Amino acid sequence: MKKVTWETVIGLETHVQLSTRAKIFSGAATAFGAPPNSQACAVDLALPGVLPVLNRGAVERAIRFGLAVGAQVRSRSLFARKNYFYPDLPKGYQISQFDAPIVLGGALRIVLADGTERTVRLTRAHLEEDAGKSLHEDFHGMSGIDLNRAGTPLLEVVSEPDMRSAAEAVAYARALHALVRWIDICDGNMQEGSFRCDANVSVRPRGASDLGTRCEIKNLNSFRFLERAIEHEVGRQIAIIEEGGRIELETRLYDPDRDETRSMRSKEEAHDYRYFPEPDLLPLEVSAAWLGEVGASLPELPAAKRERYVRELALPAQDAATLTASRETAEYFEAVAAGLAAAEPTGDRAAQAKAAANWVAGELAGALNRADVEIGASPVCARSLARLIARIRDGTISGKIAKEVFDAMWAGEAAGDAAADAIIERRGLRQITDAGALEGVIDESSPRIPPRSPSTAAARRRRSTISSARQ
Amino acid sequence: MFDASLSELADALAARRLSSLELTRLFLDRIAGPGAALNAFITVDPELSLAQARASDRRIAAGEAGPLTGIPVAHKDIFVAEGWPSTCGSRMLANFASPYDAHVIERFNAAGAVILGKTNMDEFAMGSSSESSWFGAVRNPWDAERVPGGSSGGSAAAVAARLAPAATGSDTGGSIRQPAALSGVCGLKPTYGVVSRYGMIAFASSLDQGGPFARSAADLAVLMNVMAGFDPRDSTSLERPAEDYARDLARPLKGLRVGVPAEYFGAGLAPEVGSAVEAAIAALERLGATRVDVHLPNAGLSVPAYYVIAPAEASSNLSRYDGVRYGYRAAQYDGLVDMYCRTRAEGFGPEVKRRILVGTYVLSHGYYDAYYLKAQKIRRLIARDFAEAFARCDVIAGPTTPTAAFRLGEKVEDPVQMYLNDIYTVAANLAGLPALSVPCGFVRGRAMPFPRTRPGAKVACRSGSSSSATTSPRRGCSASRTSTSRRPTGTSACRRFLGEGLRA
Amino acid sequence: MSLTLPEVMRIAALARIAVTPAEAAGVQAQLNGILGLLEQIDAVDTAGVEPMYHARDVTLRLRADEVTEPDRRTAFQAVAPRSRTACISCRRS
Repeated sequence: MKKVTWETVIGLETHVQLSTRAKIFSGAATAFGAPPNSQACAVDLALPGVLPVLNRGAVERAIRFGLAVGAQVRSRSLFARKNYFYPDLPKGYQISQFDAPIVLGGALRIVLADGTERTVRLTRAHLEEDAGKSLHEDFHGMSGIDLNRAGTPLLEVVSEPDMRSAAEAVAYARALHALVRWIDICDGNMQEGSFRCDANVSVRPRGASDLGTRCEIKNLNSFRFLERAIEHEVGRQIAIIEEGGRIELETRLYDPDRDETRSMRSKEEAHDYRYFPEPDLLPLEVSAAWLGEVGASLPELPAAKRERYVRELALPAQDAATLTASRETAEYFEAVAAGLAAAEPTGDRAAQAKAAANWVAGELAGALNRADVEIGASPVCARSLARLIARIRDGTISGKIAKEVFDAMWAGEAAGDAAADAIIERRGLRQITDAGALEGVIDESSPRIPPRSPSTAAARRRRSTISSARQ
Repeated sequence: MFDASLSELADALAARRLSSLELTRLFLDRIAGPGAALNAFITVDPELSLAQARASDRRIAAGEAGPLTGIPVAHKDIFVAEGWPSTCGSRMLANFASPYDAHVIERFNAAGAVILGKTNMDEFAMGSSSESSWFGAVRNPWDAERVPGGSSGGSAAAVAARLAPAATGSDTGGSIRQPAALSGVCGLKPTYGVVSRYGMIAFASSLDQGGPFARSAADLAVLMNVMAGFDPRDSTSLERPAEDYARDLARPLKGLRVGVPAEYFGAGLAPEVGSAVEAAIAALERLGATRVDVHLPNAGLSVPAYYVIAPAEASSNLSRYDGVRYGYRAAQYDGLVDMYCRTRAEGFGPEVKRRILVGTYVLSHGYYDAYYLKAQKIRRLIARDFAEAFARCDVIAGPTTPTAAFRLGEKVEDPVQMYLNDIYTVAANLAGLPALSVPCGFVRGRAMPFPRTRPGAKVACRSGSSSSATTSPRRGCSASRTSTSRRPTGTSACRRFLGEGLRA
Repeated sequence: MSLTLPEVMRIAALARIAVTPAEAAGVQAQLNGILGLLEQIDAVDTAGVEPMYHARDVTLRLRADEVTEPDRRTAFQAVAPRSRTACISCRRS
């Protein structure tokens, strides 16, 4: 008998918390970590008589996202009420968007670990409010409810079921995570719940065209959990089908401690959300002029930057991808390249860029990895790194010595833009040789250290399959 | 004094012939004395009211008085007011003291008006008789065996019985106009969006609108000048320049085209009501107005469409009453779901529960299109009818209610009969139009006032555009001038009811 | 369309309103009476008619992204049925 091979089909729904100062429908603050209920105003508490008023900042961020993924930003969208009872949902309904979301379609380009590029289509992205939190501390058999998070703006980004493995789903999630930070609509802090994924997972015999019955795994707030939850769920579903069982359409929760998913609610409790247009909010209009303004304020997007690095700076695609993993990395790289250009006004821009790329993606990335530090907090700033590279290129030091100087700079032996020069002088590292003769060799020997195998989630995040959005 | 108009009261206060403290005491005494039997108020708090009156007197002394400074006004208990219980007529909120003020309350406070008390009402404004209140039924000042109308029955009865110079109410499907009609006072439901809904406890958000009760059109104008105004906290609040609603009170009726819809004079209309309304329209004609026959072909659908849309919105609006953050919580329960179910079963009265159930049903999976969506399409047809009618006339005149006030208990057990009482009022809410009810006579010797309504003026439609919004009050108020000339009848009858020597 | 008893109980559960077996038949009769009134809309031809969800045909006004609300949790929690800590509490399910 021929063994059936299975194909996994995954779609993600991602809740992106928008980085507004105030909540989506009230003037309460959104800052994380405030004392319970200190940021829950009358509107958030759903006191009798209160009404919602939409925050322009939340709409603007949704527009930024729509433009960044090449989606249609609708000129007219509607809010709807999703009705259900839960203690963390003060009104007894969530204000969301149902059949008329603000962002329709669009796509995200992702780069897989082997360097291949894929496109994941987006279904929609809509604005909604977050719920509060039940604090499971026991007050004489009572649960506490903290409504600080209630009303925090969310953009729910829904993908098409275009992913075929847990790795692809993670690559997509990383790409989306990088993009929302790149365009500055979300702080991306996953520990604080600013970026949470629900995965819709199903399996089908390879070659089949119909989708299998899916399960939704809720609230995955790390890339590692996302990957493991999907892998576990795929295994569970295949085992059930191969034993002759059927997959039930249900919502499941991933338990990271046991590394398994379990059912959240059973079928007979299936919700009837009674969506209807929110009567307290009129239709949301986005004018062409507003779209134009927001579009003009968008930074160069990762995909465009990546292509430009390849085209204008002749960087290898892999380097271009690494350097556009985050906006901070790209900005750091560009600052190093600019510093080199300033030091060598007549130098070859492509060669300068290549040298800058090698150092940023190599020695610096390795050091950041080892220290588990974000590039924005690097002890070696872009200008001082540029000065160091300039010293290699003008023959003052060799590539090998440069690493020693870099380590000393990292350790804080000297500060300021001219830290490299100070260390070279203090340690007497200036090489006495014919600079011209060695120049070619230095270029060849510039350090290009591959990322270490990751030991922390943060390191993995940086290593990342690089992704970017379509323009 | 109890019959004085708001401007007469303001004059007396300004001339220091009377203090706000004295005036407020007079009304408080009247509420506690002869007025008590009406059950028109849920909360009266002399201490709070008199403190406000003293502050107003200081303001008057300082020469900083406005037209309402020092004048006591009763507020429907649907408007939340800090320091006062805000019950909405429900056990659910029987002990709820709002930590914030409604926009309407803020505006009256800023004007220096005195909160005289919170008036009784149908629970969560759901009803046409003011019998569904957790705090007991309100009685009609003209006949204590009859209802004052609802849901703002307490406000209507208070104004009719001179327990308050003026009052506020809310109107989702006739809740200002119908009790105004059955109690023999004037009531105005403004254009949707003119009065902020912030702090007015929601029944059906797309239909709710606050408005005033008074004994004359001129008084309504004074109240509207305070109540109306843009509020950034209500997304449906109209942003347009303030207007003086009293400006055109004296404008003659010459040239006014009064549309009379045949559909409002068909079967179901009590003949004595019909003839009084006809007489009132004839009076308008004598004053220079022109009668125009118009048609509202979908008028008969307004009640069923309304009783889909209003309960649907209500079922969602009332989900917040769950016993968690404020209000009533059942004493005994077993787990979270049981806590919800018992709290809501015990905290809400039968009519509110019926409407929540109907609303839940019409929004539920598989029924949404047949009920909710369909009703919203019919709503569009009804609004179009008005637009077409207003191409031919400036105001539409007709009865507010099919009959005069009915007996207490008469319709409580038959919700459908109760709903049909709203036949002439709900369309204005569906279309968002302004509508006014003014008294136009009494039924056969018995002190049973009934009214006519003026749902929507063309001008009111126009007022949606920010251009000229002044015509609406002109039409409404000038037209009602004629009918307020009949007020003495109402006044004497009121004195009869309340008996001995009520004068200030 | 007429509601059966199980449908009435399903709707009551959805609305989180306890309906006792003793009440159920009465509630059913009243709801069916009301639905009888509402069914008048069935026969109306509304083909091509746009639903009118709001009373006025205007679009949404937006608020600036500014924090305007102070911390008033003491006042807000004073109205809670039970609040023994900084949190609003509720019995666990």
